[in-house]
Amino acid sequence: MKNMEQTTGQTGRKSKILQALENEHTTVSFDDPLESEMILNMGPQHPATHGVLRLLIKLDGETVIAAVPELGYLHRGYEKLAEHCSYHEFIPHTDRLDYISPMSNNTAYVLAVEKLLGIEAPPRAQYIRTLVSELARISSHLMFAGSLAMDVGALTVWMWTFREREKLYDIFEAIAGARFTTSYARIGGVAQDLSPGAMNMIRKFIEEFPANLGESEQLLNTNSIFIGRTDGIGTISLENALDLGVTGPSLRACGFQHDLRRANPYLVYKELDFEVPVFEGGDVLARYYVRMAEMKESTKIVRQILDKIPAGEIYPDRPKKVLPHKQRVYSKMEELIHDFMLINFGIEPPSGEVYHAVESPKGELGFYINSKGDGCPWRLKIRSPSMVNLQALGLMAKGAMISDVVAIIGSIDPIMGEADK
Amino acid sequence: MEALNEVLLSKLKIKFGDIAAGYSEFRGELTVIVPKERIVEFCKFLKKEIDPGYDLLADLFGLDMNTAEKRFCVAYNCYSTTSGHRMRIKVFTEESDMKVPTVTGVWSTANWHERETFDMFGIVFEGHPDLRRLYMPEEFEYHPLRKDFPLMGIPGSLDLPSKYEKYGTDDRTDRT
Repeated sequence: MKNMEQTTGQTGRKSKILQALENEHTTVSFDDPLESEMILNMGPQHPATHGVLRLLIKLDGETVIAAVPELGYLHRGYEKLAEHCSYHEFIPHTDRLDYISPMSNNTAYVLAVEKLLGIEAPPRAQYIRTLVSELARISSHLMFAGSLAMDVGALTVWMWTFREREKLYDIFEAIAGARFTTSYARIGGVAQDLSPGAMNMIRKFIEEFPANLGESEQLLNTNSIFIGRTDGIGTISLENALDLGVTGPSLRACGFQHDLRRANPYLVYKELDFEVPVFEGGDVLARYYVRMAEMKESTKIVRQILDKIPAGEIYPDRPKKVLPHKQRVYSKMEELIHDFMLINFGIEPPSGEVYHAVESPKGELGFYINSKGDGCPWRLKIRSPSMVNLQALGLMAKGAMISDVVAIIGSIDPIMGEADK
Repeated sequence: MEALNEVLLSKLKIKFGDIAAGYSEFRGELTVIVPKERIVEFCKFLKKEIDPGYDLLADLFGLDMNTAEKRFCVAYNCYSTTSGHRMRIKVFTEESDMKVPTVTGVWSTANWHERETFDMFGIVFEGHPDLRRLYMPEEFEYHPLRKDFPLMGIPGSLDLPSKYEKYGTDDRTDRT
């Protein structure tokens, strides 16, 4: 703080209000805001920070000199909790990580547990999991498009994408029985089979969706305000993005084709025909284009799955590893014993450590499980894409204007439930 | 993936003959144990000298093995975007000497991961540019993911506002 009177003696620049505040007991000193740097605190309660992200921004006028994200306002200690949960008990907690796409979190977690157990879900369950993961991707990217548009001032798109998300929630309700926190995947399979009614709902949605998405796209892609607010804003080079561990659409917006569905195929992605959209530029606009293109690819995948999905079991018959059918538990002694053992003592997998990652809508979502052969994991580490991608925020925001910061946050698409774990 | 494990191990054996002995494989995943003095050198070799290089540090985290010796462990999850191969490095450290060299010079992404590990386990990363807690409040004294930290937390460890401060009322007097 420099006292204007002492350093410059420019009393004449003091406003009359400040002069009126002064008397023999008080002297008022102030900095000229245009000549000094300012620290601005944004969040944790702020409508544009998508949850409880706190940013400390150092400003020179309106230009951002540095932006430092502060995390931890939604830290619930899931990794600690997991060490005291059985493997089944942790499934509902995964819903609360990235609460915009719970379906893909469930799937990612059970895939890691299945890798540890050395079992595989039956083909029909694999197809259903792929299907719901892709629907979750559409749901998450719709949220992204709506909120990014809203952050830069286009409210209509938000209404339109949320109309589509509402239909997806109806579908999730028909599939899993819950709209938001689905907890649909089970170790070894999925909770319920896909009903013909749900299949018809998905088919109807997939038929209508491209046209409805096109409406929103028409509003944004040729909108000079939207382009002006996003083009060339928040750029990051490919080297920096890889160095900072950025994955998912934000990495593909740097012109680099890396998608775990393609690089390390899991579930049934090997049998499906889809493109991995890549855009050059590494700015907010490129990240928007990547996600819009991914939604169209997801529609393509869902359509293929609906045609290809085989009939059969959704749950393997592995009594010592996966929970038996409830019907059989009530009627057969063996199943009752297994059910009792699995619920009370957990699965008791072999001791060892595994890591399984999926391409979640936000990037690489991985679960590392260290087992000592007990019913609970010895250590469970969640590799959450939102947390890692947020680390690049400081670099992206450097040199941008203060109003661009909200667009950059929106383009990273962080979900604080996942970033803070 | 097993074939790629073999290729990588043979390359590591040429450069770090003694180190590459301590490895394990489980479900096709390779874990190499490296002494902590050589971790930075090892990571630099993995990223820059091996072809294809392990350009993405997917994750870095701590483990509390709850043993008398080599209690804490730091695990590095390295990924090659070219070959799609993933490997894990492990560094063990004693409870009496909680220092591990930082790898922020090799992969910048290690910055926040190391802060998280410091926060949760109290492992100090030497040479880290900004070693602060990531999730817990700055004045918090404990490291919650250690096995001796209770699940329910420690009463009084967090300075929470009293009911009077929060709501302006007091139970005893019930006055504002």
